[in-house]
Amino acid sequence: MSEEQNINQNNEPKEDKFLAEENKIRLVTGPDGKQFQVNPLDDYFCDKRPQVVAPKNKIIEKFLNWARAESLWVLGFGTGCGSIEIPPLLSPRFDAFRYGVQMRPTPRQSSVLIISGYLAVKTLKRAIRTYEQMQSPKYVMALGSCTINGGMYYDSYNTINRVDQYLPVDVYVAGCMPRPEALLAGFVKLKERIKAGNAEGANEYAEKFDWYKANQKKIIKNWNMPDYNW
Amino acid sequence: MDKIIKDLTSRFKVTDYIQQRPNMAYVTVQKELAISLITHMRDIEGFTHFVLLTAVDWIEDNLFQLTYILNSPDKKVDLGIRVMIDRENPTMDSAHHLWQQVATYQRELKEMFGIDFPGSPRVDESFILEGWDDIPPYRRDFDTLKYAEETYFPRDGRGSNDPAEYMKKKLYPDEEK
Amino acid sequence: MKRNKLIWQPDRSKYPEHDSNGKPIVDLKSQKFTKLWQGPNHPGVTGNMSLELTLSGDEVVEAKTHVGYLHRGFEKLMERRTYMQCFPTSIRMCVAEPDSNEYVLSAAVEELSGIEVPETAQWLRMLALEMARLQVLLRVVPGIASTLSLGLGSQWGMYMREHILDRFEELTGGRIYHMYILPGGVRGQLPDGFKKRMLENLDMIDGFIKRIEDLIFSNNVFKKRTVGVGILKPEWVDQFGVVGPPARGAGFKRDVRKDYPYLKYNEIDFDPFMATDSDIYTRAIVRKQDLIMTVDIIRQILDKIPNDKEIRAKTPNVLHLEIPKGEVYARSESSRGEYGMYIVSDGSKYPRRVNLRGPSYTHAVALLEKMLINANISDVHAIMVSLQTCPPEIER
Repeated sequence: MSEEQNINQNNEPKEDKFLAEENKIRLVTGPDGKQFQVNPLDDYFCDKRPQVVAPKNKIIEKFLNWARAESLWVLGFGTGCGSIEIPPLLSPRFDAFRYGVQMRPTPRQSSVLIISGYLAVKTLKRAIRTYEQMQSPKYVMALGSCTINGGMYYDSYNTINRVDQYLPVDVYVAGCMPRPEALLAGFVKLKERIKAGNAEGANEYAEKFDWYKANQKKIIKNWNMPDYNW
Repeated sequence: MDKIIKDLTSRFKVTDYIQQRPNMAYVTVQKELAISLITHMRDIEGFTHFVLLTAVDWIEDNLFQLTYILNSPDKKVDLGIRVMIDRENPTMDSAHHLWQQVATYQRELKEMFGIDFPGSPRVDESFILEGWDDIPPYRRDFDTLKYAEETYFPRDGRGSNDPAEYMKKKLYPDEEK
Repeated sequence: MKRNKLIWQPDRSKYPEHDSNGKPIVDLKSQKFTKLWQGPNHPGVTGNMSLELTLSGDEVVEAKTHVGYLHRGFEKLMERRTYMQCFPTSIRMCVAEPDSNEYVLSAAVEELSGIEVPETAQWLRMLALEMARLQVLLRVVPGIASTLSLGLGSQWGMYMREHILDRFEELTGGRIYHMYILPGGVRGQLPDGFKKRMLENLDMIDGFIKRIEDLIFSNNVFKKRTVGVGILKPEWVDQFGVVGPPARGAGFKRDVRKDYPYLKYNEIDFDPFMATDSDIYTRAIVRKQDLIMTVDIIRQILDKIPNDKEIRAKTPNVLHLEIPKGEVYARSESSRGEYGMYIVSDGSKYPRRVNLRGPSYTHAVALLEKMLINANISDVHAIMVSLQTCPPEIER
């Protein structure tokens, strides 16, 4: 593995007072009786950076984008007040299944992460982890004015103001809170973007990885996880 | 209600008695006698339902006010018990042995105001915040707007109307002041 | 014919071992225990909180609740806002049922500053509160079954709830957040034809209740999963501050509307349902009876509501709304139980301190940790939903 690919060793080891006990560097005795040093965050996790995936053949890419746009699988992760409008979206009246929208229980199966409202710092950490665990290509939809500029929580000490500083956002749906119709319009907009080949959030995240990480680490003091979560 | 208060005045030296409404009253008690007063209210007077415990920051007087609100389901009356403690070194006796739910309130107060309750279960674990290294946020001298502007990234061009100015212009255009 | 009941009673006397305080000795390195993190992502109605479960086999030995994923610091933010600005802030404290927040805040402000509310406004407030309770119960009653994978009732309930949200939109202009109840009164009159449309919806809900009785409450699988599971002992009620439907399911007839009548509840004929079995099934039944009672109360309100024009009391200019020094605790009955707000005023335009007492604060932290011990891992969600945890009001 080359030097630039290894992200964790580039960081200077500095004192982290919130580091959990199980993540501290420790000495382990092997089965052969030899002692060796283990740094759990480096040794137990894959430390490969996310890669930019360049579009392949133009025609194939167009077909793939059509396929991606017609089956948006949404992760059932309600991060804020907006999550109360997601169950009505799947009920007979609004029926998001018509648009190929479906809820999935795990990040590994889903392609859309809905940030449904303000993000407290504690949730942001989970949202980042969830986003990184999702398979590429992946899209982020942000609901509510609190994800755009802080909304009515602009002066709160525990909610972030702009989501696009921490995660690449494809579609914003404004409102406090957005109605289900607005959400459906947001899905249609997202489909247009995917079909036009503009929804390259995962590649953008890989390109500007260091900038995103610096922003994230600035506010998440209790990091306690590897830099990139596969 | 009056009878109870008269009894309390002689036993526990309560002061500042305020009858808020016919079924609700507030009293102030010294820090040392607070827990025995609460125990007395629960066991003898039948105030078995614990409503809430919270703190108020009186930064001008250098005091924290702790408020315990107790409720008697049979008599249908409420009693608010105020305890004033020093702001510099805030500690208070724990009441978790009376009601198990009180431990949760005390954990929150420890985190949000920095008031210590020695002996309360899991009081030192973080409850709401994660990785907080500033002064406890609910104290009056913590400026949340300044913290938010320094820490997060405010979006450029976010306009905000001062609601007071705006409403004055819209609703009361002919008003002075 | 005699049936052999297959009941598996695990012998808990030997394992896991307990120390002298009665706490289980959990040694994760012994490989007899598993640590399982549940949450904070929530596909159901449990909300955005996480549980740290220590399992032995499929039984929970230890449970810890972790909250704080929705903390916005409301109590701090409201100290920076004038009393009028507090209103749009306060309703976001509990998303599922925002009207209780509006009511307790305006009731507290009115009590401190001595504002008398006109009679029509009181009836309209009561209508808004009961409609909010109705839309929550339509989500929660089938929701208990849908956490046990009986999702059909939940779809029906969502459909019925949409009608109530439409009526809310007609009355207040908002679907979820209404900002209808203000200090001194309410924001609008009943629209034309509202009563007729509301009564039609209530008839529809009557049919819905009959259908879920067949679908859920006489369903054998649902009964097997819930009867005798998640028992809340009556002695825990005072110890953990249990209020509302869980307390009524455990044999304590506690209802703020009956005990401390506010608004015009003493002019309305209702009787809160009480049961004593105190398991998940009983709590579901109590909620279903609440649903029937709420429909009945709304019918009575629509019948008795006067048609006056006056819906706002004369209040001072909101720009200079100053409230006398004092402290007050106002309470109301939400769908989850006693919901109160404690406000301390120092005589200025801004509140000195606002504190919310939500029922989930004790239900979802101290009580849930106690109730989950020795529960089966597959019953954890049902227990959570039967207590109707609402995380935004825990951490605010």
